[in-house]
Order: sequence, then structure tokens, then C-alpha cells
Amino acid sequence: MANSVQTLPVPETLPRAWRLPALVTLVLRFVRRKPLGAIGGGIVLVLLVLALFADRIAPHPYDVSIRGARMKPPSVQFWMGTDNLSRDVWSRVVYGARISVTVGFATVAVATVMATAIGVSSAYLGGVYDMVIQRVVDAWMSFPALVVVLSLMAALGPGLTNLILALSILGAASASRVIRGATLSVMENAYVEAARALGAGHLRIVMLYVLPNVITTILILATIGLGTVILAESGLSFLGFGIPPPYPSWGGMLSGSGRSFMYYAPWMALFPAAAISLAVFGFNMLGDALRDVLDPRLRGAAGLRG
Amino acid sequence: MRRYVLRRLLVAVPSLLIASLIVFTLPRLIPGDVVQLMLEEKAYGKDLEDLRAKLGLNRPILVQYVDWLGAIVHGSFGESLWTRQPVLVELTRRLPVTAVLGVMALGVAILIGIPVGVLAAVRPDGVLDFFARSAAILGLSIPAFVTAILVTLLPAIWWGWTPRTRFVEFSTAPGAYVLQFILPAIILGIASGAGIMRLTRGMLLEVLRHDYVRTAWAKGLRERVVVLKHALKNAVIPVVTVLGLQVASIAGGAVIIEWIFGIPGMGQFLVDAIVQRDYPVIQGINLVIVVIIVLTNLAVDLVYGVLDPRIRY
Repeated sequence: MANSVQTLPVPETLPRAWRLPALVTLVLRFVRRKPLGAIGGGIVLVLLVLALFADRIAPHPYDVSIRGARMKPPSVQFWMGTDNLSRDVWSRVVYGARISVTVGFATVAVATVMATAIGVSSAYLGGVYDMVIQRVVDAWMSFPALVVVLSLMAALGPGLTNLILALSILGAASASRVIRGATLSVMENAYVEAARALGAGHLRIVMLYVLPNVITTILILATIGLGTVILAESGLSFLGFGIPPPYPSWGGMLSGSGRSFMYYAPWMALFPAAAISLAVFGFNMLGDALRDVLDPRLRGAAGLRG
Repeated sequence: MRRYVLRRLLVAVPSLLIASLIVFTLPRLIPGDVVQLMLEEKAYGKDLEDLRAKLGLNRPILVQYVDWLGAIVHGSFGESLWTRQPVLVELTRRLPVTAVLGVMALGVAILIGIPVGVLAAVRPDGVLDFFARSAAILGLSIPAFVTAILVTLLPAIWWGWTPRTRFVEFSTAPGAYVLQFILPAIILGIASGAGIMRLTRGMLLEVLRHDYVRTAWAKGLRERVVVLKHALKNAVIPVVTVLGLQVASIAGGAVIIEWIFGIPGMGQFLVDAIVQRDYPVIQGINLVIVVIIVLTNLAVDLVYGVLDPRIRY
């Protein structure tokens, strides 16, 4: 009987079905599951391209008056029109993307580092240190965001670096709260205790066991924070406490001397307004979708908004 | 319950003290010397030192802080460095203005957020749900000052209509006084309303899956009773927390909205004071705002107990 069993010869190499690269599959799945998030991602991508290549994309420099083109309506030559100082609005919107992206990413980077340091150390060390730090965070969080940043900006003076600093100090407080919570729950795990039993030092435990497990939380907070920071930057520049003029911040383009001209040249206001809204929309959608995909438990976490 | 309130109040004290220290030191970091500025513009004193002594700015910062805190306990916020008016007088004139704006904005947010959230959750993925969610995303993405500019700009272009920017006092025309807040309050409330709508929808969807809701359906209760009486009450608890946070964001948003619409409230007062480096005014405004927010959060915690009898203190 045993001899009657026929064995099929197995080919050395099976013809393998052709597959898309892993990253592309991942992106495609994201697009299918979260179409709105994908639209947001697209907007963010456009924004990044505008910011990176602003000097190539913009047909004119942002601060140069074009002779004989004062407050011209949108046309083929100036397709977003020109402003009261004869500058091309499209070029200024493109350079504005550079401001928004710079402020957004720099702020979130600084804020995230600060928030992680505060949140992880507060949860890890605990005790009196934790209590004192958390009371300060409480106090800090009970100020309305805009009021804090306004006071800080008044203290630091307008300018790009100061703006980034002020916004990140603000964002760090609330983000550190969420990171502290995540750290606390990670530290409950047996592997942290095991590492300690094996004689691992504090730095080793934090770097190798705690941080890798809270990094998703941190990434999600950062993405959602980007939209909020861009919103805050435009609001501050609008009030005149952000990026000082000639440099074109979208918020700044809506304020100042321009406001009285907008009734005669509405395109001066409409395009920057649309740019702010689209950018914030893009980051919000991308952040929301990333959060849903990566960590559904975080639903409702406030991020930098407040 | 009383013990809980007392304990919560005690916990709030260190937070408020730290906040008061921040409030006090923050404006002092502002570069540029207010004394220099005042001497140049108004010539109050003989020289810098004389003026500094007159204003009490030559003493150590810690002494100034303790003095300031002591005065506040006695109900005095000091006086403006510029107008020599007591800060408290100006605050009592401006606080009600911002309070009316804020309360109306919060009202708008709740009136939009909760009903639309409920309707969207009852028929998830329906037409209304789709529109509500899209509108909420728009509401969250368009900043209030952009909405405000569009609202003042577009009608002006289309129909030549501009919203009135002259502020009407309550004593001269109570009706017009309330009416002038409607437009700013709607603009200010939209973003909060969008957030509340999303949260209400999400929470209600979750609660509607609970067993007790199924029981309510099985008893043959009408949809209105099941949703509004049984489910909504439990769904709305996290929404109340967020309302506390919304007070803070509305207070911040009021700064910009007051500035655009020329409403003489706390926000405008703050911006003016920051530009003039008027320390006592900045401190007074910030302190009042912080106290309001801390008290709101306390109130939110207490409202939990009323809404959810399972929470006992």
C-alpha cells in the first residue's frame, strides 16, 4: 500500500504572483480605508512641495512690487491677482506655505521633544517630582492657548524663532499629559519589571523599553498638532504678533493695511483664507485617519488643540 | 459631596498659585522698558529712577509679587500704568461684555452640536450624517478669523452691506446690545459646535449599542424615548467635559473676534495692554481668565455627579 502513494514532484521555484511593493500596498490600503485621510495626505503633500520649491514655483519674489499692477483682479498673468502694494498674490501664497510648513514642523518637533521629556520623566520618576510637574502643567493648561502665546510673543518679540518657541512651549504642556498617561500604562507591563530585575539601568529601561512603546502615541499627537500649530500661527500673525511683514504669512496677509483694501480687491483675502483652511483641513484629516489606523484608543485625545 | 467640593477647591489652590506666578512674571519678560516708554511719551516723572520709584517698579520682583498677591486678596488689582485707572474698574466694565459673547457662543455651540450630533448618530451613514460630518470638518478647519473676515467681506461686495462696528452700550439700547453679539457669537461658536457634534455623535453611537438600550427597544418604547431619555443622558457625560475645555478655547478665540468686530471686551483690553506693556492690566486680565477656567473645570466635575448617579464622592 505504501508504495502506491504517488508523490507529485514539487517545482524548485513556484511561480510567484507579482506583487506591488509593500509600501505601495500599505498606502493603497490606507487610501481605500480612509479616503478623507488620503485627501488630507494629498493636500499635505502639495503643501510640502510648495514650501520646498517656493522659489521655483512662485513666478515673482514675495516682496517685489510689479510696476503698473496694483490690485489687479485675477487674470492669466496674475492668476490670484495682485495686492495693494502691486505684489503677486499667488507668489505670496506659495511663500506663505513655506512659513506655515516651517513653523508647523519646527514647532511640533520642539514641542514633541519637550513633551516627551516632561511626560516620560514625570511618569517614570513619579513621587514628588511628578506631583510638582503635574501641578505646573495644570496651571499652564488652564490658560487659554491664544492668551498664553500672545503674552509669550509679547515677551519674546515677533519673529520666526520666537514664534516657534512660544507655540512649542504651549503645545508641550497638553501633549506631555497624554504621553505621561501612555508611559504609565507601559510601565505596568511585566517586561519593564523583568528588565529591572535583570539589572537594567534607568536610561536603558526608558530608551529600550518605554520609548519604543509610546512612540505611536507621540507620532499621532505630532500629526494632529501640526494642523493646530498652523492655525495658531495664522491667528497670531493675523493679530500682528507672529511673522512680521514683508514676509508673507497667510494670517498676516489677511490683516494689517490689507484689510481696508479687501473691499476693493477681495482676492487679496480669499486666496490666503482658502490656503489656511485647506492646510488645516489637510493636517486634521491626515492626523485623524492616522490615529484611527494606528491607535483607535486615542480617539478624542485633544492633541495640541485647546 | 461637601467634602469632595472642599478637597477639589484645596487642590485648585496650588494650581492657582502657580498660575498667578506665571501671570505675574510673564509680562515682565516683555523686552523694552515700560518706564522708558512712559517717560518719552508722557513725561510723568523727573527722570527714569524717579518714575520707577513712583510706580513701585524699583523693588525686588519677589516683593512686588507678594504685594500684588496681597492686594488681590484685599480685592485690589492695582491701577493701569498708563491711565492710572484702577484695573478692577475697567475689568468690571469689560468682563460682562466678553461674558455675554462667550455664553452666547457656547449656547450656539451646544444648540448646533448636540441636536445635530444626535440626529447624525440615529441614522449613521445616512444623508444627514454625511452632511453633518462634512460640515463639522469644515467648521474645525476654517479658523474663526477667516470666517469673520469672509462674513464681513462677502456681503459688502455682493450687497454693499457691512456689519455695524460701532459698539452699542446696554444702557442706551438693550435690544441692539444683544443683537450686535449674534454674528460674532455664531462665528465663535461654530468651531466648538463642530467638536461637540462629533463627540456627541461618537458617544451616542457607542451608548446605543449597550444592552439596556436594546431592552428599551424590546419594551416597545418609541425611538424618541429610547434615544433622548435612555441613551442621550449617558452619552452626554464626556460631552460635558469637553464643554469645560471649550470655555478655554472660546476665551482665547474671543481675543481675535473682539478685535475684528470692535467689541470692547477683555480680549481687546489684553491686546492693547500687551502693546503698551501695561503690567497690572495684563496680570489682572490673565488672572481673571485663569480663575474662570479653573472654576469652570470644578463646575464640570460637579455636574458629573448630577448627570451620572454612579459617580459618588
